[in-house]
Amino acid sequence: MSTSTTPAPDTQRLAMAKAINLGLRRAMERDPKVLLMGEDIGALGGVFRVTDGLQKDFGGDRVVDTPLAESGIVGTAIGLAVAGYRPVCEIQFDGFIFPAYDQITTQLAKLHYRSRGAVQVPVVIRVPYGGGIGAVEHHSESPEALFAHTAGLRVVSPANPADAFTMIQQAIACPDPVLFLEPKARYWDKADVEVSAADQVAGGQAGLNTARVVRQGSDVTVAAYGPSVATALRAATAAEAEGHSLEVLDLRTISPIDFGTIADSVHRTGRLVVVHEAPVFFGAGAEIAARISQECFYHLEAPVARVGGFHAPYPVSKLEHEYLPDLDRVLHAVDDVLAH
Amino acid sequence: MITTDTTGAIPPVGETDDDLIQLLTPEGERVYHEAYTPRIEDLDRAALEGLYRDMVLVRRFDTEATSLQRHGELGLWPPCLGQEAAQIGSGRALARQDYAFPSYRELGVAWTRGVDLRKVLHQFRGEDHGGWDPAEHNFHLYTLVIGSHALHATGYAMGIQRDGDVGTGDPDRDRAVVAYFGDGATAQGDLNEALTFAAVNDSPVVFFCQNNHWAISEPTTRQSRVPLFHRGRGFGIPSVRVDGNDVLACYAVTTEALERARSGGGPTFVEAVTYRMGAHTTSDDPTRYRTKADEEVWRRRDPIDRLEVLLRAEGTGEEFFTALDAEADELGEDVRSYCRAIPVPPASRMFENVYATENALVSTEREWFTEYSEGFLTEEVAR
Repeated sequence: MSTSTTPAPDTQRLAMAKAINLGLRRAMERDPKVLLMGEDIGALGGVFRVTDGLQKDFGGDRVVDTPLAESGIVGTAIGLAVAGYRPVCEIQFDGFIFPAYDQITTQLAKLHYRSRGAVQVPVVIRVPYGGGIGAVEHHSESPEALFAHTAGLRVVSPANPADAFTMIQQAIACPDPVLFLEPKARYWDKADVEVSAADQVAGGQAGLNTARVVRQGSDVTVAAYGPSVATALRAATAAEAEGHSLEVLDLRTISPIDFGTIADSVHRTGRLVVVHEAPVFFGAGAEIAARISQECFYHLEAPVARVGGFHAPYPVSKLEHEYLPDLDRVLHAVDDVLAH
Repeated sequence: MITTDTTGAIPPVGETDDDLIQLLTPEGERVYHEAYTPRIEDLDRAALEGLYRDMVLVRRFDTEATSLQRHGELGLWPPCLGQEAAQIGSGRALARQDYAFPSYRELGVAWTRGVDLRKVLHQFRGEDHGGWDPAEHNFHLYTLVIGSHALHATGYAMGIQRDGDVGTGDPDRDRAVVAYFGDGATAQGDLNEALTFAAVNDSPVVFFCQNNHWAISEPTTRQSRVPLFHRGRGFGIPSVRVDGNDVLACYAVTTEALERARSGGGPTFVEAVTYRMGAHTTSDDPTRYRTKADEEVWRRRDPIDRLEVLLRAEGTGEEFFTALDAEADELGEDVRSYCRAIPVPPASRMFENVYATENALVSTEREWFTEYSEGFLTEEVAR
């Protein structure tokens, strides 16, 4: 396809929720087998309005308001995928995914494997996740490690509108099941998004496989994903004033993890801080710390530091700012690794 | 209630006999049913002999598989002994373009879908998690988590609706799905969610419940305080109860349900009342929870015996039964040799098809494992 011409970039300033909405629209226009299913995603447009207007344009058969049953949503999506469709499920909130946990881990993740490749299940499960919006219990969870621990699933999380627009289309085009974790606190962040009619999946599945350096630096690598990337970038700005140069990585994918990009960065900086909202204990940071300690042992100037949630249930909203890793906690960890 | 009276006449099945559809009694006599007898009028003697052959060969295969487990050739086997009529009768009602989602005891249904039954052995010998290509037979892989696949069946049926293959009136185009599950599954959330999704979407799916009376050691009374087919009614789904040991009634009832589904009439719930004559699996010990007397009652309701009586009464000669015995013997012998020849898969199989796309983590671990394994070979050579 090298002969195809690239149309002039068409850039729009979009909030992340709107960028995902547009990505879904593009995927549905491109492939009639793509359909959306979830609770309140039709007339209401989803509780976060991510599917706003799509039922009106694509009809109730392609934007399906389902019964209030998460296992049912994922289970029927599997059947639809076996029948040749590409369902995109919306789980209304992170804390409501657990009724579907069985379908996701025992069925969805394994069907390609147990059929020895005969059956593909290209199901995308969109989940608004993470905290910071002052919500009640079960509305601020970060369950990514539970799914990354299950072979057969991909787990990704965009951190900005441009990636959200591209990655949702890549996830839908991907033949593997994908947990698509949307940082709900970032839904209203706006940025320029290139939305030209060019095939946004043409770049392969980069966002589903690779991390990206979003700020270059030389003293400490800060690896984050989803909602924590913005925190890491703010920390980098603050650290600069103190004379420390932070390199910020947006991991984008939690399964698989792009260890190569992390290792390259650590080779340059010699120090690594991993940031996520999920509890530190058995979190993605633990796996990253273990791997990087093993692979970059002689390049590390300090032990890998982890910044994340505590081993306590997600707290009441009046305390969530104490629980979530913020700029100060990241800088505290940066100071620690620099003290070595 | 299940009676343990083994001395008198064979007692009727179940407690709401008015609702039980039966076209062939345990004694092998035809029963006229206004709605369902017309649905078996197309079954001539050759067709009945065909159903009988299906059941006999499936039972022989099943018995051989149980015996292969006893000889250490299979890790496990879930016998379908006693459930042949429910499986063959319903399975033969499916059209080629219909799709079935089995649980893990549906050997008879597999047979009706044209699956080489020997492929089913691979899973239970520990060589494969599946064994056949579902699309080749419109027969999904066995699902071991109880009730999960009822949702897959419903989703597949929702796909058929979106393909426009419902209610066209074209018999070669209209399609439907059958979900097979047992009495235990009716307690699962997924089964109830499947009924909900199918009902509100009018999806072309038949919920075929084989109530074999036992979920491992627990009787059906531990799953429900109402007859199981009432569950379907609670969801607004037309529901029928059929003698699951009567192959003719199972065929008739499933034919009707599939017709309703294909024509756009939505789902049906069928409760086929049968009996698991064998153990739950070869690891189970039914003597701990049920009596020989109960088993004896159901032995006298055997699905195969009653059709044999009917066939003989309606003119099938001895040569048919003799030839079938020989065919079954041949099948048994073939199963044994086939099973023993299934090779252990290469260890690299572990890493295949984890993802449909290249995955860096899987590749890294496969490379490590290959190198590690080859290290042993090198060491051996060095010695």
